[in-house]
Amino acid sequence: MEPLTWTGFASFLNPILLIAIALVVISALVNMVISVFASSTPPQVNPDGTIAARGGLPDLISNILHWSFLAVVALVILYAVIGIFMGPAAGIVGAMSQRFLPVWIALVLLFSVSITFKRRLGLYGKLFDSPIGMIGFGLVMFWVFTGVLGALDLIVTHDPLSQVSGMKNKVPGTPLNDAEAGEYAWYLLGGDNLARDIFSRMIKGAWIVVQIAPLATLFAFMVGVTLGLPAGYYGGRLDTFLSFLANLILAFPVILLFYLLVTPEIVATGVPNYMAAVLFVFPIVFLAVLLNSRYYTQPSFRTPLLIVVLGVSIWLYLALISTEGYLVNNGKVAIPGLPAILDPFDIPGGILVVFVSVVFVNSPTVFRIVRGLALDIKTRDYVAAAQTRGEGPWYIMLWEILPNARGPLIVDFCLRIGYTTILLGTLGFFGLGLPPESPDWGSTINEGRKLLSIYLHPALPPALALLSLVLGLNLLADGLREESLKD
Amino acid sequence: MGLFILRRFGVMLLTALCLTFVVFFLTNLYPNLEKLAKTQGNQRMTDEQVQTWLDNRGYTDPLLIKYGRWLGVVPGFTNTLDDGQFVGSCARPGLPREDVPSFCGVLQGEWGYSTVFKEEVGEIVAKRLGNTAYLMFWVLVLMVPTALLVGVLAGMREGSVTDRSLSTFSIITTATPEYVSGVIFIAVFTSSAVGLKWFKGTATQAMDNPTFENFFLPVLTIALYGMGYIARMTRASMTEVMTAQYIRTARLKGVSFPNIVMKHALRNALIAPFTVIMLQVPWLLNGVVIVETLFNYKGFGWVLVQAAGNNDIQLLLAVSVVSVFVVLVTQLISDIGYVYLNPRIRIS
Repeated sequence: MEPLTWTGFASFLNPILLIAIALVVISALVNMVISVFASSTPPQVNPDGTIAARGGLPDLISNILHWSFLAVVALVILYAVIGIFMGPAAGIVGAMSQRFLPVWIALVLLFSVSITFKRRLGLYGKLFDSPIGMIGFGLVMFWVFTGVLGALDLIVTHDPLSQVSGMKNKVPGTPLNDAEAGEYAWYLLGGDNLARDIFSRMIKGAWIVVQIAPLATLFAFMVGVTLGLPAGYYGGRLDTFLSFLANLILAFPVILLFYLLVTPEIVATGVPNYMAAVLFVFPIVFLAVLLNSRYYTQPSFRTPLLIVVLGVSIWLYLALISTEGYLVNNGKVAIPGLPAILDPFDIPGGILVVFVSVVFVNSPTVFRIVRGLALDIKTRDYVAAAQTRGEGPWYIMLWEILPNARGPLIVDFCLRIGYTTILLGTLGFFGLGLPPESPDWGSTINEGRKLLSIYLHPALPPALALLSLVLGLNLLADGLREESLKD
Repeated sequence: MGLFILRRFGVMLLTALCLTFVVFFLTNLYPNLEKLAKTQGNQRMTDEQVQTWLDNRGYTDPLLIKYGRWLGVVPGFTNTLDDGQFVGSCARPGLPREDVPSFCGVLQGEWGYSTVFKEEVGEIVAKRLGNTAYLMFWVLVLMVPTALLVGVLAGMREGSVTDRSLSTFSIITTATPEYVSGVIFIAVFTSSAVGLKWFKGTATQAMDNPTFENFFLPVLTIALYGMGYIARMTRASMTEVMTAQYIRTARLKGVSFPNIVMKHALRNALIAPFTVIMLQVPWLLNGVVIVETLFNYKGFGWVLVQAAGNNDIQLLLAVSVVSVFVVLVTQLISDIGYVYLNPRIRIS
């Protein structure tokens, strides 16, 4: 079997792509220089009183920029399409594009449905009016679909943990020595230091991020909102105390906190379990107060609703924090938790501690944002109206203030998922928390960097994957901010 | 103003106390002490031996007493082992027994003795902080002017191609954590695989002999991540100023565009970024830890990793005191600076 080149059959496109990219860069730079120094050409006034814009040099340059940029986009799509049909014949890029086929289908479906119904979808639909937002959303959904479908073993070519002899540190596109029937014949992005397939590890790494980052951010938001609203609304001693606590956590350098919390020794003491037990109460409190403050005037509806919601969430809570029937069981202390029969899932100590520390680091910042928003919004007229109506404080906080603070909060949510992804990568980079063979991006970068001066390929794919996901989230947040400001 | 600063110092002190206590608590949990005993004594110690080792050195005393010893309000621990060896929290190798002071805490100016480096904590921190300060100085020299320039150029004409390209650039830099950009830079500029070899992949030599070749990449890596955020804030502030009434007035009376930017807009647009820059400094601390690990530059971040990895209690406490101090002082400076820079607040 021949080793794959990067583009294979599609190589004839390479020079065109290079020219197009060069044009984009040059014209953008020239445009920048011109816009600083040259004054804009005034429009030409015609004898009949109309005016016409004069196409000068700046105009020409921005036209070149526009078209060359479109050309680059079109060429990239062309590479992907050729790849889908030709597979490995179109080189590594083609083969990867073919492996990603389920993701492309999911993306096309999602985008076509969303764009068709965008007028009925509220803020989400408006996202498709902003190109930046669409690019960001596309990048994010690409990794989400990759993570989910990769977890279903649709995209991966090899087992991310198994080692294949003779593939140690092999460059991208190296064929396997003796591929069995049904086995994928190449290591698309090469092999790492332990002869594992880098492509498959990158895909599996996406699943870890997709599982942890949004959920951890959501929990951080629940904690931040539940504490930030009363701090901002009531003010006074409560505010002083909570703000002091938040500033205390924020004064910790994140990495020091990680080094103190995310070690096997600390996991053995059960500190993360106690923290989990405290932090995960907040979503339940949030839900209970949210529903109770809204429906307490209709007890016949409220009581069954609360019983169902709280029952499910308390069961989930107990299942989340207890492992094999115990909350903490380290030989010295054993606190019984939910019996193992009722416990549908166990979270390994390593994952739990990562999750808890990420929530812990993020929630003070959310608290400060929510507190600031609450301070601002509580002076509005509609809050005064609700107070006059005799609404309770929690109703005002959760049903008057919170919905009106949603714009900045949604934007911050997107940014914060990106930040959480970076934090997860940092943890992996320092080898904290997740098991060393885990395919998450941070650990893979950390492993790859040791041989970076000789072999580039193990460290770069996870690094670029992380970069593109966080970039996507940032762009998405930007798009959402732009669109929510238009309201 | 004096009262304000005094109050802030009070809060700062309280924060530092709480924080060091948390660090103290976490590092004094039994599994951590066990690890310490095994790395200091012998890896193959039995549980009883670990217990005796810890008992003999005062590690199993109540937490508050140990914390008091570290602060210097409780007399230091002393004990003579069975073999006649004198141990104690104030004892140092080479110091005669009679000269060992009874109090040795932070209040006496003693930061303790590092179990990893076998050196005074104060000396280690001072030396490593010097290295990091040098790194940070160059980071700020590179980051602040570039970020301000990018932000001002982008915010000058909102929506122009310049704005879009520079905004894209700043978004990309904020989305690239240090361990990603550092790895990419090392791969592209130092590896034999690409073959450019413009720079050196480690900054080990930069501690004694910093040159452009071995020092630029670490500086660039930290600066880039912080740069995007400052640039975006500057851009936001600049666009806001550029739509203000007095700018329109200036345009209408015929002031040229460069003059408007330089004389009317710039000063007002730079007030907000100042706060951001000061608040960014503690953030750089994280970057410093990552970059110092990545480029093997032995500074403050490297000490933090070593201290935390080996559960070196007193070194870790000193490290956290320094970082808390950095965070709170920069906050204070940004508050004071904001008041001082903004004439609307200063005069009223």
